[in-house]
Formats: sequence, C-alpha cells, structure tokens
Amino acid sequence: MSDAPKPTLVTRLRNGLEVRLKEIHTAHLTTCWIWYRVGSRNEIPGTTGISHWVEHMQFKGTPTFPAGVLDRAISRTGGVWNAFTWLDWTAYLETLPADSIRLALDLEADRMENSLFDVNEVEAERAVIIAERQGHENEPTFRLAEEVQAASFRVHSYHHEVIGDMVDLQSMTRDDLYTHYRQYYIPSNAVLAIAGDFNTRRMLDQVREIFGPLPKVQAPQQMSREEPSQRGERVVNVSGPGETPYLKIAYHAPAANDEDFLPMNVLGSVLAGASSFNFFAGGISNKTSRLYRALVDGEVAASVQGGLAASIDPYLYNIHITVRPDRTPEQALAVLDQEMARTLEAPIDEDELSKAIKQARALFAYSSESITNQGFWLGFSEMFADSSWYESYLDRLTEVTPEMAWEIAKKYLVDSNRIVGFYRPNSS
Amino acid sequence: MPKETPKLPKLDLAALPGPETIRREELTNGVVVLIRENFSSPSVVLSGYLPVGALANTADTAGLAHITAIAMTRGTRTRSFQQIFESIESIGARLSLYGGTHTTAFQGKALTEDLGLLLELLADVLQNPSFPKAEFDRLRAQQLTALAIREQDTRARAQMAFDTLVYRDHPYRLSTDGYVETISELTCSDLRRFHSDYFSPSGLVITIVGGVKAERVLDLVTSTLGQWKTKQRQEMPDLPKLKPLKKSRRVVVRLEEKAQSDLVIGAAGPSRYDEGYLAAAMGNSILGRFGLMGRIGEAVRVSAGLAYYAYSSISGGPGPGPWQVVAGVNPKDEDRAVEIVQNEIKRFTSHSVSEEELFANKANFIGRLPMQLESNEGVAGAISHLERYGLGLDYYQRYQDLVAAITCDQVLAMGERYLDLERLAVAIAGPDGGGV
Repeated sequence: MSDAPKPTLVTRLRNGLEVRLKEIHTAHLTTCWIWYRVGSRNEIPGTTGISHWVEHMQFKGTPTFPAGVLDRAISRTGGVWNAFTWLDWTAYLETLPADSIRLALDLEADRMENSLFDVNEVEAERAVIIAERQGHENEPTFRLAEEVQAASFRVHSYHHEVIGDMVDLQSMTRDDLYTHYRQYYIPSNAVLAIAGDFNTRRMLDQVREIFGPLPKVQAPQQMSREEPSQRGERVVNVSGPGETPYLKIAYHAPAANDEDFLPMNVLGSVLAGASSFNFFAGGISNKTSRLYRALVDGEVAASVQGGLAASIDPYLYNIHITVRPDRTPEQALAVLDQEMARTLEAPIDEDELSKAIKQARALFAYSSESITNQGFWLGFSEMFADSSWYESYLDRLTEVTPEMAWEIAKKYLVDSNRIVGFYRPNSS
Repeated sequence: MPKETPKLPKLDLAALPGPETIRREELTNGVVVLIRENFSSPSVVLSGYLPVGALANTADTAGLAHITAIAMTRGTRTRSFQQIFESIESIGARLSLYGGTHTTAFQGKALTEDLGLLLELLADVLQNPSFPKAEFDRLRAQQLTALAIREQDTRARAQMAFDTLVYRDHPYRLSTDGYVETISELTCSDLRRFHSDYFSPSGLVITIVGGVKAERVLDLVTSTLGQWKTKQRQEMPDLPKLKPLKKSRRVVVRLEEKAQSDLVIGAAGPSRYDEGYLAAAMGNSILGRFGLMGRIGEAVRVSAGLAYYAYSSISGGPGPGPWQVVAGVNPKDEDRAVEIVQNEIKRFTSHSVSEEELFANKANFIGRLPMQLESNEGVAGAISHLERYGLGLDYYQRYQDLVAAITCDQVLAMGERYLDLERLAVAIAGPDGGGV
C-alpha cells in the first residue's frame, strides 16, 4: 500500500478556514483534526475554564446530530473521537476507517455553527466538570501546580489552570458559554488538518463542499497581556494530606517561536530528560539526566521530571520533584541549586548535546508514526507558528551549540526568574 | 431492526497479521520469537514476557516479583545501572520490565538501526542481573514513596479494597506492587534467589515489530537471548480456585481532605480461556464502553450528571480477573451512584441486550481492529496475546467471523453467570461525609 510521500497541501477557504491535507497510505485510516485558536489564554476572571466547558458542550448535540447520536455513529465505525483544551488552543479529533471520514467532516462543520447549548445540558455538564475538577483536587500535585502557575503569572492569562477556578465553574451561565462559542468557533479562527488514506484533490473538493458554505466572519482579536519581567524569586507553600513532600520549580521560558526555544529545549533535555511536544506520544526514561543523577541517585527524591511546552506566549519550564518521605523539600532544593549553579558555570558537554539531539530525533520519529499523530503535527504547529516549525525542527535543533545553550541558561535559569513551590504533608 | 439487514464492516484480511506475515520460531533454549516486518516505520518495538510472576510470592513477600523485575535493570555482572541507561537513553530508546501476577513483561522501542543494542541490553538484564545493594536500597526507597502516594490515592484505595473483598483467600487479593510492610523487609538476597529460582529462557516469548527484516531480527535474537542456557527452574504454583462471594458486600475507605470519591462495583469475571470470553467482552462494551462509555456512562454521567468518568472493564487475563464498573463522583452522591450502577447491572443481567445494540458493538469490535493494529506497539502486543492464550496465528483472519457469531443469548448468559446482583462487591474510597 505504501508509495512515495505526497507533499502536504496547504490552502485557505474563502471563509478563512485554513486547510492542511496529507496523504498517507500505510493503513486504511484517516484522521481529522480541527484546531481552534482558543484556550485558557483567552479567558478572564469570572469565566475561567470556559474554553474547556465549551469543548464539553460540543459533544451535546446539534439539531442535525442530537446528543448521543454521534458517539454511537462513530463507535459503530470502530473509530475514535476526542477533544482537548489547552492554554492556547482547543482541538477535536476523529480517526476513522478511511471510507467513513465523511462523518467526521459533516460533524465538525455542523458543530462549528449549530451546537445547541441546551440549558439543561449545560447544568448537567456543570456537575460533570465540577466532578472533573474535584478529581484533580484529590491530587497533591495538582494543588501545588495550580498555586505555582498562579504565582508565575500576575498579569498574563496563563495565570489559571485550563479546568478553571471552582467559583467560576459554579457561576458561569449558559449565555456566557454560548457567547464564547460564537466568538471563537468560526472558520477564520480554525485549522482543519486531515491525514490518511485519501486522494488529496478529492478530499479538498469534499472539504470545500462541506466547510465552504460556513459564513465568513472576521477572526477575533487575540488578546495578550504581556507578563512583566519577574524581579525576584517567588515562593509558594501548600500543605495537605499524605506523607510525601513535593517540590515544583518553574522558570519563565521562551515562546515556541522564539529563537531561544530550541536551545532551551536542549538544556531541558540535559537537565531532566527529553520529552516530546506531542501530548499523545510516549517519552523515554531520564535516568542519566543531570537532575535524576543528583536527586534520585543522590537519595533525596523518588523521581524528577522536567517539561517545556510549545506555547504562543512565554510560558514555563517546569521541574517537578517527588521528594522521598524521609527527606525534606529544602534538601531537594539545595541539591537542585547545586546543579543549576553547575549549569550556569560552564557549557554543557558535546556528548550531552549529541545525546539530546539523538533523543529528540527518536522522539520525533516515534511521535510521527501513526496517522493520528501526523494529523496532530499538521495542526499543532500552526497554533503557535506554522508548519515550517515542525518540518524544520530537527534541522534547527542540530544548529544548537553548547555555547548557545549556555547563554540561554544564564538568561532563563536564574533564581530571579523562577517560582519555587513546596508541598508539605500535614503529617510532617 | 431496519427492514434491510445492515452489514457488518469487512476487514481487509491481507492487511492484518496472519500466518503468512508473522514469522514464528522456537530457539533451541525454548525462547519463542515472533516477528512482523513494517517498513513504513522508522522504529522497532519489542514486547514479550516470561512465565514468572507474583503467583510465586506469598502475603509476606508481596511485591517481590515486581521489584525484582525493575531491579534487573539496575546493574548486571558487566554493566552498572548508569551504563545500562546511558546505552538506552543516548540512542533515544526505552526499555522497561514489569512484574505482574502471572508473568514478567518487558517492552522496548528504538530506531531501527539500534535494535541490536536494545536486544543485547535486554538479554543482559534478563540473564545476568547483579542486584547491587546500593541500587536496591535506592529502588526500594522509590517504591516505598510510590506506596505512600498510593495510600492517598482514592482510585487505588477503592480498587485495593475491592480486590480484598472479591479475592479474600485468593492470590489476586495481593497487590503486585506490594505493601510498605513487605517491601521494607525485602533484601537483595531475596531478589537474587527469586531470579535464580524462577528465571529461565524456557517459556520466554518475544515479539518484534518494525522496519527490520525478519531474517536480521532472528539473527539478532539468536545471538543474544538465544545464548541464554536453559536450566531447571521452580514451577510457578497453580492458580487456586476462587470461592465466590456468598452475598453482596460493601466496604468504605475514608481519606482526609479529598474532594472526590471513587467507586468500584463488580465481581470476578471470566478468564481469557473461557470459551464465552468474547461474548463477555462484547457485553462489557455494551454495559460500559460503547460510545460515551456505554449504558453506565449514559446513566451515571450523561443522565444523572454525577461523574466525570464512569465505565466498566473486563480483565481478560489467565484467571478470574475483575469484571467491574468504576466511577469518580462527588462524595455526597456516592449512594446514588452505587444505586444507578446496580440498576444497570440488574438490567444487563436480567434482560437480553437488543439486536441493535449487539450489532452496533459488533461493528465497533470489527471496525476498530485496523486502528488497534496500526502502531508497532499495537501489533506487538496483539501477537504476544495470540501466543499467550494459544489463539493461533490466524486469529485476526478469523476475528470478524468470531465477532459476527456472538448472540444476544450468549451475552446475557455471561452477564448472568458473572455479575450476580446478590453477590456483588462494592468498594468506595473518599473523604469523610461521603454517602450522606
């Protein structure tokens, strides 16, 4: 079934909908992703969590596809569908047997315009979303992460968690939700990415037929309140049940489209291990990273993870440490500080750089293998840059030098640019 | 039913794994190798198991099989822990071992050019683990931390309470991760002895899928795992027969300062060897998987708005693993959620599912197969599954006919047999004030 790779078709419909089509014939499957440029970044106090709630309501039906009809229709094909809300975007995906993909296109075009937001459904979903948040609140790691994120952004709307604040989940109205939906769910604010077993020309005809009649509406203004430079280390303390302490350190980090981003990614790989930008692909272990060796082999922590996110505006490089119950978070911080001092004193080794690049190459290959993941990358990179970001990623990574990474370390990995969060169990 | 009989999807059999595209070889030391080529992929996946697990442990040594599996990667006679992982991580590969109840499983992934190195490392950690004390001490402290976190996890606590109710005199009641009391008492010698007593190449099954020619894969496996000398090893104990519950039982675990309660409701289910297993799996799909989590999702999440997650699962292992419904609910809704789930189980076990429901779920089982078998991981897991349960290399070629043949009566019979409303276990873990 395999043949030579076809170039990705990139076009825009008259109503502003951006379209990306990529033919792949390795399996009789097609994936359809639609990405909207709206996430928690677009929210203000009073309606935090509204983007995520709107995402839930998109499964509650339209006059053409009433609630419950679609999930059964998709399940009958053996396909899967899902949706995700994040800081900068909301994405919907269906992966189906290739001859059933019309169902996904009809569904996505329909619910871009015709979702009902029935008041009874809104109230039922309020309880579900509050239950979702309560599930998060059961975890000490969520309680700590939420406080660290809030302390990291005084001005920028990255301040709050995607799920939203409980008080807003209790008070938002059906009209708030519907207004948000109508504002952001329009062709000119979306990217449609389809990958899989189809003929590009015929698929484009189908996309034009189904999405073309949607009205042209001007894309909403993307608001952004720039976070001022931090002028000193911030510390937050959280306490709660359990006997396990946690330490979370967040450094303000460059945006995905910033030239500092890839050197920062290399640094993160050396410090706490490589991680994939694809949320849906597995990673690799980090047992030879600097922080694992210092903290876990050093018998202070049970685990350490680091993560850099690709975002529109500058976000965070997060380090999360599960401290051993017989140690304190202060001990873990002291060890981390020694490693950070080392990172600021001298460039990383050439060997460390080579390893980071090979890891990135492997993770990139793993995260691009399935048809669903190909669809992911087509749309994801458009949310903060364009498809050339994805296509040139490995080439640009190989241009990073130890000296470049060192400069970035001195710029970002300093105490005055970080937020330190302690979770102390009540039992201690 | 519509007047015109709808047709189930037809699978492209040539695209599915089968005897023509799976190479199966048994090496002289008893290692079984299964290979499927996939040249559209730049990576290669290995996946397999040895017939060694927690069944060989007692209540006093619970967790030994699992910690032994992890500790095997912490040092060998010729490689330190750091050397092993430097080799793995520097090529962007991954390799992990896990000790389950019946088997010790392993999984790895690498770029195709690195398969040889990955196999060399796997063979070394399986044959020559040295269990260095310093590494064991660190690993044990990490496991104890994980157990302390588990103590505070409502979902894990509800599941453990459920297992204790359903499997009270049976090995399945024991956590494969062990307990603080048992892990604290283990020593390096216990791990060495466990490895020496039970690990041998005989019965090891490895499946390799990816962009490497089968002949080359076979050469690499023969020169690595094929060199492991067979030896006499202790037999794993037989799985004792489970005594079913005589009446329904309920247990509640209370944890401070939690916002949500987790529920587990169900009973011991059929093993994968049960000839009615596929019908039970189909029934489980209707009960708590299909669409937005089947009838359970519809009743608990959609209609009552009580939960963010609510679904059912069936384990399909070699023994009577749980057939259960799980849900996360507001603590004040515990009783209502339990009642709704019990009502759905009652409906499922007293009335036949409809022909329409059965047809839709059959279509789902058949239609989803190509997606499940799209990734190297999916294919490797599926082929190992065929070997483990003796389903035959032609199983996926026969699969659509097996699914099509399931009847409403078979589904009802499996539900009646395993989910007796008078003998259900209900386990709840959540904050004080729940169930009021």
